Amino acid sequence: MFDPIMYLKVFAVGGLVCMIGQILIITTKMTSARILVTFLLIGVALEAFKLFEPIRDFAGAGITVPIVGFGASLAHGAISAGEASGLLGVLTGGLTATAGGIAVAIFAGYVFGLIFSSKTKK
Amino acid sequence: MNIEERNAKYNAYVEAKMPKTKPWPSLFRSFWVGGVICCLGELIKDLCLYFFPYMTTADAYTWALISLIVLASFFTGIGVFDKIGAYAGAGTIVPITGFSNSIASPALEFKREGLVFGLMSKMFVIAGPVIVTGVVASIIVGIIYLFI
Amino acid sequence: MLNRIGNQTLVFKNKPRVIGSYSVVGPKEGQGNFGKFFHKVLKDDLFGEKSYEAAESKMLLCAINGAIENANINKDNVDALFAGDLMNQIISSSFAARTLEVPYFGLFGACSTMAESLIMGACHVDGGFARYAACATGSHFSSAEKQFRYPLELGTQRPPTSQWTVTGMGCTILGLAEKGISIDYATIGKVVDWDVTDANNMGAAMAPAAMSTLKAHLEDTGKSPDDYDLILTGDLGKLGSEILIDLMEYHGYKLGTNYNDCGQMIYDNTQKTFMGGSGCGCGASILNSYVYTRLLKHELKNVLFIATGALMSTVSSQQGNSIPSIAHAVSISIGGKDV
Repeated sequence: MFDPIMYLKVFAVGGLVCMIGQILIITTKMTSARILVTFLLIGVALEAFKLFEPIRDFAGAGITVPIVGFGASLAHGAISAGEASGLLGVLTGGLTATAGGIAVAIFAGYVFGLIFSSKTKK
Repeated sequence: MNIEERNAKYNAYVEAKMPKTKPWPSLFRSFWVGGVICCLGELIKDLCLYFFPYMTTADAYTWALISLIVLASFFTGIGVFDKIGAYAGAGTIVPITGFSNSIASPALEFKREGLVFGLMSKMFVIAGPVIVTGVVASIIVGIIYLFI
Repeated sequence: MLNRIGNQTLVFKNKPRVIGSYSVVGPKEGQGNFGKFFHKVLKDDLFGEKSYEAAESKMLLCAINGAIENANINKDNVDALFAGDLMNQIISSSFAARTLEVPYFGLFGACSTMAESLIMGACHVDGGFARYAACATGSHFSSAEKQFRYPLELGTQRPPTSQWTVTGMGCTILGLAEKGISIDYATIGKVVDWDVTDANNMGAAMAPAAMSTLKAHLEDTGKSPDDYDLILTGDLGKLGSEILIDLMEYHGYKLGTNYNDCGQMIYDNTQKTFMGGSGCGCGASILNSYVYTRLLKHELKNVLFIATGALMSTVSSQQGNSIPSIAHAVSISIGGKDV
């Protein structure tokens, strides 16, 4: 806990992942929706090839905070629930594993959407 | 000169004349902002484990994500997130904050068209593809794992 | 006998004149290079309304009413209103016309609408179909952003070729009068598409249309670019106007220091708008303030105003279509023998 070396690794890996995103934006003019989808798929692929866990053990939040982690959780949920309870597990596992994030994003978006309005830009 | 040739030549000319983003400053900005957001996630996880010693690490990471999502949503509401995003580019899009912002910003924008067809349905104009891709890809991976 | 010369140019023999004009802009435009020229600068671009769309319509109404007042005529003598904007189904214009209760034509020429409405108005006045014609258009940053790009609060970076939609409206009242600024010629543009697909690079998409219309105008009238004190394009932006200069040079016309672009001019360099302004309001607000003011002071004698428009929609862009563009030119002058 509170290990400075760990924070350094989190910063480096997290920063690097974001920087790859920026390279994609500059070179391919991708919009943010496409960036999110791409990194999510990268996360699913990392989990599918069992590469996500070693990276997470190394970099912690550096890989779980980027949307890559969200994709990995979806895939991990589907795979592990599938192993436990077959096809039904595959269907329910992904969203179950990520339900917290999705529910909070929707809830917070709804509440803040009610409270605030978009402002014009200068 | 036929039309296709002219158009190709013109587009090549435009491409060459276009001002380019200077890559290095924007790469650096996305790096440090993205790194800081991830560190913030790690810090929230550590704080959770510190104050609630019986919490599992996995749950602590989930709390970290939830906190970042709420923070990003709030900063979107008060009109600050887009300024950070304009500075950091992928530094705020790639972390879970970008996902949260992509849900909150259309909610704010379209609430004037009513709650049902405005706020609630437009919430997913950007985040919808993300959820769809994730669900479809995870089911495909899960099914493949069922057979191997 | 036809009142036209060459292939695309109309000649207004009865000289419709600008008898009133008005411009309304948002706070950012007020802080730009032309702040002191605009008739009205809003402190808040919501203009007391609940939505940006309603604010846009109210601003347009304000510009039309302002111009009618400026012309010192009765509203009932306005026999035709020509107006358009960028919103789907041109709601801003039609909603403003609903309040005004004058005969109305809704136009869509995207950002070329100022020139389009002037041409239509001039035709009506010149042909004796209207005592006075109001020609108005405008755009609003926040409503255009919502319709064409992303939610305002989405954290993305604007690409370096992007332009900033001007929150601004302009209205010109045309009528027959003894003296003043007159509309002499108009060149109607053709739709031109050189296969630019990048919706963040409107300048490049529209420059060929501007070139086509400018070239047609010069060929039809036998003028050279130097015959004008000012050649002003609507919203090509920095990149687009550089491209236009290159394209014209390719066709053997040299655009000198008398050429400028409203999009390039409107904002201060510190305002972070990349290539400058865009939108119907860009050319409309500058024409109805700065250009007329300088003409009336005789600092400029004749101006060629070329408003350019990109005729795509979000659907056509998503389906991968390129961006067809149009440009209309209006030749405006003051002084000479008939003053």
